[in-house]
Amino acid sequence: MAELKKQPELKDYAEQIRQCVKCGTCHAYCPIFDQERKEPLVARGKVALAQALLNKETEIDARFMDNISKCLLCGSCSDKCPNLVPVEEIVAASRREIARRKGLSLFGIGLSTTLKHPLLMKFMARMGNLFSWLVFRKVPEKSGLRLRFPAPYIRRDRTIPKVASRFLRDSHPEYIPGEPGKPTVALFTGCMANFMYPHIGEAAIDALKLLGMNIRIPKDQGCCGVPALSSGDGAAVDELTRRNFSAFNRLEADYIVTVCASCNFGLRTNLGKTGADGEGLAAKVIDIHRFLVEQGIGEKLAALPAREKKIRVTYHDPCHLRNQGITGEPRAILKALPGVDFVEMRNADQCCGLGGTFSVYHYDLTIKIGAKKAAAIRDARAELVATACPGCMMQLLDSINHAGLPNRVCHVLELVAAELKSSR
Amino acid sequence: MFTGKEKEAMLEKSILQKLEKIVGRDNMTTEKSDLICYSFDATQQRFLPDVALYPRSAEEVGEILKLANRERIPVVPRGAGSGFSGGSLPTMGGIALVLRRMDKILEIDEENLLAVVEPGVVTEVFQQAVEAKGLFYPPDPASLKFSTLGGNVAECAGGPRCVKYGVTRDYILGLEVVTPQGEIIHTGGRTMKGVVGYDLTRLMVGSEGTLGVVTRIIIKLLPLPEAKKTMLIVFDSIRGASRAVSRIILGRIIPTTLEFMDSTSIDVVRNATNLSIPEQAKAILIVEVDGEEELLEKQAKRILEIVAPFGVLETRVAKDKAESEDIWKLRRSISPSLRQVNPNKFNEDICVPRSKIPDMILELERISREIGVPIINFGHAGDGNIHVNVMVDLTTEGMQEKVDRALEEIFRATLSLGGTISGEHGIGTTKAPFLAMELNDPTIKYMRIIKQALDPNNILNPGKIFGFSGNE
Ligand SMILES: Cc1cc2nc3c(=O)[nH]c(=O)nc-3n(C[C@H](O)[C@H](O)[C@H](O)COP(=O)(O)OP(=O)(O)OC[C@H]3O[C@@H](n4cnc5c(N)ncnc54)[C@H](O)[C@@H]3O)c2cc1C
Ligand code: SF4
Ligand code: SF4
Repeated sequence: MAELKKQPELKDYAEQIRQCVKCGTCHAYCPIFDQERKEPLVARGKVALAQALLNKETEIDARFMDNISKCLLCGSCSDKCPNLVPVEEIVAASRREIARRKGLSLFGIGLSTTLKHPLLMKFMARMGNLFSWLVFRKVPEKSGLRLRFPAPYIRRDRTIPKVASRFLRDSHPEYIPGEPGKPTVALFTGCMANFMYPHIGEAAIDALKLLGMNIRIPKDQGCCGVPALSSGDGAAVDELTRRNFSAFNRLEADYIVTVCASCNFGLRTNLGKTGADGEGLAAKVIDIHRFLVEQGIGEKLAALPAREKKIRVTYHDPCHLRNQGITGEPRAILKALPGVDFVEMRNADQCCGLGGTFSVYHYDLTIKIGAKKAAAIRDARAELVATACPGCMMQLLDSINHAGLPNRVCHVLELVAAELKSSR
Repeated sequence: MFTGKEKEAMLEKSILQKLEKIVGRDNMTTEKSDLICYSFDATQQRFLPDVALYPRSAEEVGEILKLANRERIPVVPRGAGSGFSGGSLPTMGGIALVLRRMDKILEIDEENLLAVVEPGVVTEVFQQAVEAKGLFYPPDPASLKFSTLGGNVAECAGGPRCVKYGVTRDYILGLEVVTPQGEIIHTGGRTMKGVVGYDLTRLMVGSEGTLGVVTRIIIKLLPLPEAKKTMLIVFDSIRGASRAVSRIILGRIIPTTLEFMDSTSIDVVRNATNLSIPEQAKAILIVEVDGEEELLEKQAKRILEIVAPFGVLETRVAKDKAESEDIWKLRRSISPSLRQVNPNKFNEDICVPRSKIPDMILELERISREIGVPIINFGHAGDGNIHVNVMVDLTTEGMQEKVDRALEEIFRATLSLGGTISGEHGIGTTKAPFLAMELNDPTIKYMRIIKQALDPNNILNPGKIFGFSGNE
């Protein structure tokens, strides 16, 4: 197998850290700063802390770790940064550096701060019926879901999807032949679509079949590595990346499509850091909405029969698609569906507040960010909120529930699949 | 490493306890990793404060200043920390007074066309709030998405629209200010006129946080113009473009904005937008007019007629909002793209009388040629405010001296044309060494007497404007 490089260290980012001119532009885009208005919690502050860490100008004490832990890795800042400073990568590398020096992952630190939080403790003491550890044990050790929902630390008032009775990859063959001459597409399922929302994966398969694609769904693929990246566990990121490399490299697929925005970011950037072979594979990773639009799903959808009754749908931009400029494609698909009456919501491109493992340890902040989103959803007066990321779906639903709103949440692909089914 | 005084003067525990009593545990921090984040501004220099406080009211600010005055602790007001002159740097340690938690728009009075706000409100947030009511707050610094109104007042911020509408100063009717002794005073008021006593509002605006802490701002508003029209005019020479600017003004037309870009600025942003720029382009003017829809067409036509004789290669009048946005994107992309030229940027915001722009451009070309450093110019041609960027690589031997020489010559040329060394960014620490080039001794003395009288213990933003030695 090809030699794969490890994730870069903080010192490898020295030049990018220097590129930050401390202009403050990121203030306007960071969802955490929007809530807290404190400089250590915005990109500019994080970069200054990374710089101090690199120059050994400060101790790695509790506050330092807390500050570095308060980042969603959403990239809302770097997307708008005039100097293209990759803040989320710098933060992730800082977390790895902390783990390296302290022998403790931030995950562990997060736990200890949570344990100090009396209110959280109260909720956590009772594990709650929302989440069953027993069911969860079916999810493999290395899945990011375990970092995302470490069993007893999830608050009881939080809406968490149930673990599916049958996992996506277990219920589909590894190869689904399509029309001759059509591209071969490997489906990266991601943990959430595999373990919790298999119907999203099925919807993806339906859409790919509609276009006659040859589909491959390797069973030995793993987690994209975002939760491990977020918790500073560099070794786990390396291991997961190696695993995905070997699962996908041998397929010689033309594309690797993702149904989850965060997976797209994780798979692409993690592979992209491993050297030439990894970069080659990373270049094949494409979000399914962009792929479907490029491959002409528009025409297929336009051919569907018109509908009398339409349902009002709005769209939330997942950060990790918005950062790549994928904002038009999911909307184009929604608008092409005969049963959808599309409306924009205010600040559709603002982060939902989930952020890797962030929400586990800073759930109070997640709730505040989500409340803003919920207000925008309410004002859009749409029945359904569609998005392009299972992580966002979970978070949006939680925010809607906290706000007591009646809206439902779905993946764009689910609407596509439903439309295809009913027109058959 | 951090610059500034070594920490012989760490604040005593008893003082910290008193501060904590004033603002509460959650609104104070002495954690190093927090303080690091209040050590810098957009100048990228770093000085650690001893403590950062987030007061929520004028009363709290008053209590803090009383204590600081008694104990002789430096206090540095801070908004967004986006300043270009070092105004919010805690150069002598002490208290970083972060005003971000005072961020309420208290009132928008549609009958009297005014608003009352706290200083931590972000400029653009305020603009959007008044525009939603059909009102208009014109000052538009390029930092408006993140700078605070308090910081705008303290620096008297300007922006492209100032050609027609003036700067921050022109919109401030009154202020609530906490004095260095911790007393709360009120300047100006809610009326368009008012001549009772000295005009302390004007004294405070642009005082860079050295005379008092602004805790409330009464702002004048205008009706929101009905429409606007954006034009891009490409010239074959910078001289042609700068003469065109003078002619537009001579033609008794005051556009909303009149921005220019020189040839290097054009080169660095050529690929930033969908707009195609002719190869031979040596300068660009971006002109915007606003007002009633019917009049705009006429104005635009008139402007294009005026500039025609000055070597125009191409003109484009934006058809819609998207095209206008593309034109502006071109302009806004310059500053961040300058790094393509060289890694180190020395950015000055000189201002000359508008008629002198062609002369100033000639001078800048001469200085660049003679000293051998690239100088890139763009900015607000309409009001003579030129952003002069000396772009160098400081790792080259002897470069710092060249830069110093270039800056001094630039300032000298500016002043000899009747200009000023800072149009909008302020003096702070970065321009303090050049103050005496522009102001004569009695003028500086007059200013320092004011500072000494109002802040005898020199606790409020010490060392700013007048420099370290001059202030004690
Ligand atoms: C990318 C970029 C573009 C910019 N473009 C422009 C531009 O077009 N035009 C322009 O004029 N400036 C511009 N600036 C400079 C800067 O944004 C302005 O000077 C702005 O007004 C500073 O506001 P702030 O909230 O960041 O204040 P800070 O930088 O925090 O503080 C500035 C000064 O104000 C004092 N201060 C802050 N709040 C108060 C208060 N409540 N009471 C008393 N004193 C106070 C501080 O002590 C300091 O001396 C730009 C800066 C950047 C980074
Ligand atoms: S991260 Fe980017 S946007 Fe933020 S201060 Fe640094 S350079 Fe500016
Ligand atoms: S990645 Fe997101 S949360 Fe983190 S600093 Fe940037 S904008 Fe803020």
